[in-house]
Parts: sequence; structure tokens; C-alpha cells
Amino acid sequence: MNKSEMADEALFLLLHNEMVSGLYRAAEQGDGENGRCITKLENMGFRVGQGLIERFTKDTARFKDELDIMKFICKDFWTTVFKKQIDNLRTNHQGIYVLQDNKFRLLTQMSAGKQYLEHAPKYLAFTCGLIRGALSNLGIKSIVTAEVSTMPACKFQVMIQKM
Amino acid sequence: KSAPTESELKFHYTVHTSLDVVDEKVSALGKALVDQRELYLGLLYPTEDYKVYGYVTNSKVKFVMVVDSSNTALRDNEIRSMFRKLHNSYTDVMCNPFYNPGDQIQSRAFDNMVMSMMVQVC
Repeated sequence: MNKSEMADEALFLLLHNEMVSGLYRAAEQGDGENGRCITKLENMGFRVGQGLIERFTKDTARFKDELDIMKFICKDFWTTVFKKQIDNLRTNHQGIYVLQDNKFRLLTQMSAGKQYLEHAPKYLAFTCGLIRGALSNLGIKSIVTAEVSTMPACKFQVMIQKM
Repeated sequence: KSAPTESELKFHYTVHTSLDVVDEKVSALGKALVDQRELYLGLLYPTEDYKVYGYVTNSKVKFVMVVDSSNTALRDNEIRSMFRKLHNSYTDVMCNPFYNPGDQIQSRAFDNMVMSMMVQVC
């Protein structure tokens, strides 16, 4: 990894942290509720995902099927954004995919105990949007949810919406 | 996208009819080997006066180019690189935070690129 890549990563993490805390601070001052912040973060991620996937798939071959796309998200997409691959991809072959990351980059900065568990969803909303945006630009409508049970590990569940 | 001419409607018609051929080619390519699954689709079909070329991005955006048949200077490779340039430019538009995906493209940089390609060809 060269220096500029490391700087990119640090900037992304800092910007993301600032985005989350900025939104919540704004919501505290106004009368917005927590649910709105999650939605806002998710929508931001959606637009970023759309743009990113357009860039990343510019020079790749055409995808064969849905699974091929999911593999691309787990490998290439995840590596570029979070510097590691998804650890485990599972599917029921009926439109549900579970992506497990044992050491999710945006959660590694927090202590691994139970202390911040309740704050974890804030830090996953943007990424949920990222996945949804990427898939939507490739022609797949989906619902993405995330869950954390033990701290740096998390699971993203992707539910494909058949058209 | 073409320069406004008296035959604009005719070009629109040509492009629209070519979309069926695009679909056909894409579904045929789905079964092909990895190294043959290119974004560039090649010649869609030749008419008397024009040749129609197609290109589909991974995000299912279709580019269609109509070229005068008498223009023999343009070979497959040139067409391919023109499509790549178009795609690169489109990617830049998509990554512009002020652009809403799905809206009509109103980017001057994109327009200039398209115009420069057409001037270069003529």
C-alpha cells in the first residue's frame, strides 16, 4: 500500500465520522429524530455507490448473472473502499445474500466491547446505501439491512427485489 | 445525440430500431466466455447509407453511433476507442455530485467531447 492510498483511507474514515456526528448534532439542535439521520446517511451512500460503481465497472467485462455481480461487490468493490474483502458470502439462491465482514473498517476504530453497540447502526447506514446504490446502478433493486452482534464484525443482508 | 440536421428524425428512428438488436446481442453474449463479454457490441447492422454501432455499459446505459457508410477510415478499433472515450466522459458526468442519475445530461464538458469526436470524424 503506498502513501497516497493510506491518506485516502484516513480521509474517508475521518469524513465519514464527521458526517455521522455532524448529522446527529444537527438533529439534536433541530427537532429531527434519529430515524431521519439514518435515512439521510443511507441516501448519501446510495448516490456515492451509484457513482463509484460506474467508475469501477468501466473496464470490467460484462457480468454473467446476479451472483457474478455480488462477487464483484464482495471482492473488487469492498477492497477498493474498505481495503479488504468480504469474509463470507452466503445466499439462498432466491434473492437473499448475506455478506459477513469480520473486521468492518468503519467499526474498528471503536472499542470492541458492548459499550458502543447501540451506536453501531449509525456507522453502518452509509455502507448499506453504498451497496444499494451500487446494485441499483447495475440494474438490481434491493433492500439492504445491517446487523452487529459482536463489535468489529457485522453482517449485511441484501434482499433482491424481483421486478 | 447528433448535430441538428433536417434528417434528425430519421436518425432518431435508426437509433430506436437498433435498440432491439442491442438487446439481442446482449442476451447472446450472456452465455459467452468471460474474455468475449466485452462492453463494445460491434456493428449492429448496416443500412444502405449508414452503419450502426452499439455499446452497453455495465450499468445498462446504451450508446449508439451512426456512421456514414462511405466513411471507410473508421475501422472497428477506432469505433471502439471512440466508445471508450464516450464512456469515460459519461462516467465523469455520473460522478458529478450535481448531476441526478436519469436526468438529461447538460454538461458542457460532455457536449464538447461529443462535438470534438464528430468534428474529428467528418
